Amino acid sequence: MSNLSAEGGHGAVPLQGVPTGEGVTPPEPEWPLWEVFVRGKRGLNHVHVGSLHAADDRMALLHARDVYTRRNEGVSIWVVRADAITASSPDEKDPMFAPSGDKVYRHPTFYDIPDNVPHM
Amino acid sequence: MTDHVHTTDEDEHESAYSGLLVNDAHWAFGTDFEDPLAGVDTTIPEGVDAPALAAYALMLGDDALVMSHRISEWTSNAPDLEDDIALSNIALDLLGQARLLLARAAKADASVVPDLPEGSPAPPEDALAFFREAHDFRNVRFAELANGDFADATVRVLLFSIWRLATFERLRSSRDHVLAAVAAKGVKELAYHRDYAARWFVTLAQGTEESRRRLVAALDALWPLWPELFDTHAVEAAAAAAGVGVDPASVREAAEATLDQVLAAADVPRSEAPRRAGVLGRTGRDGMHGEPLSRMLAEMQSVARAHPRGQW
Repeated sequence: MSNLSAEGGHGAVPLQGVPTGEGVTPPEPEWPLWEVFVRGKRGLNHVHVGSLHAADDRMALLHARDVYTRRNEGVSIWVVRADAITASSPDEKDPMFAPSGDKVYRHPTFYDIPDNVPHM
Repeated sequence: MTDHVHTTDEDEHESAYSGLLVNDAHWAFGTDFEDPLAGVDTTIPEGVDAPALAAYALMLGDDALVMSHRISEWTSNAPDLEDDIALSNIALDLLGQARLLLARAAKADASVVPDLPEGSPAPPEDALAFFREAHDFRNVRFAELANGDFADATVRVLLFSIWRLATFERLRSSRDHVLAAVAAKGVKELAYHRDYAARWFVTLAQGTEESRRRLVAALDALWPLWPELFDTHAVEAAAAAAGVGVDPASVREAAEATLDQVLAAADVPRSEAPRRAGVLGRTGRDGMHGEPLSRMLAEMQSVARAHPRGQW
């Protein structure tokens, strides 16, 4: 069985080492999981692109370069141990996110944004 | 043809993959698979003998082609997915170098290209790769050795990339524009191959007793063909004298110094395995190869030879 699940529409998240329920113990020891973030050539932010296994920081970075930037996607890579990420649980989706759904007044839609202001 | 190419700016911040292939200078040789040398000045530098240039380009191209195929044999066989892809990337980098160099050889001297049946759509670089016999290949014997375990792959990529990087660093100032461009592109690729292999070299050397034993065994197995990389063949001497090529002997010091750094970091002594002699004084550069190359070519060339008029 895979360590990843996209169940619940939240994208692929690690199932092990995060406080989100029961983990699955692998049958044999393997390299820990890392999440990979890549900043594109013209992108402003690092974007999560996937995950991989590696033995340490440096190897994770090299693997990320090999697996996720082989088609010239990025100019910068971040890797972080998956078990260092604290994730919200699908179970708490409603209390976490539903309350903000009807607060239209929180959107800054009443301002005129000049054409020459980028990235808004 | 460009339907799939992403050209809008709308969601450029949404994904790391947007903006791909858009007027991208990184693709120095274009994304066109028709003519690998399109846009590069292919005139022969003044005073350079075209057949000699072709013979030299063939040597560099065959090194890359044969080594690429050996490493590509790791695809789906590496210890884990990530290293599988890393090795595939290295093989593809070398295949790209091979394609440009073989195309360069064919362009400089069309007579090196084997005759194909009429109507064959195979471009010259493919004809060179798939329709020559083993004795027409000019690669160093190091590149053709049959694969071993992962430690072998590590040592193989390390030694090869140290040597080739030292060569390409000098080849960047070749008087031939194509060789200079191939070298400038290749230096970045080879620097990564070296970094990747050097890291695994140190890791395996400092890992378990078993990983160190395998690493040292791999070094001993490959070591006998290391000195041959620095032999100067008459073709290489001529290319160096004409200012288009690099004399392998001239990069020995730099390559050995780099290797010593890695060996020191890994706390592994230099191997004492003796140099493998040539056959009647002839080595890979003379077309003298071992059985592993014949076996490799039989597999690599079988499909192309069965369908010389095939469209791919």
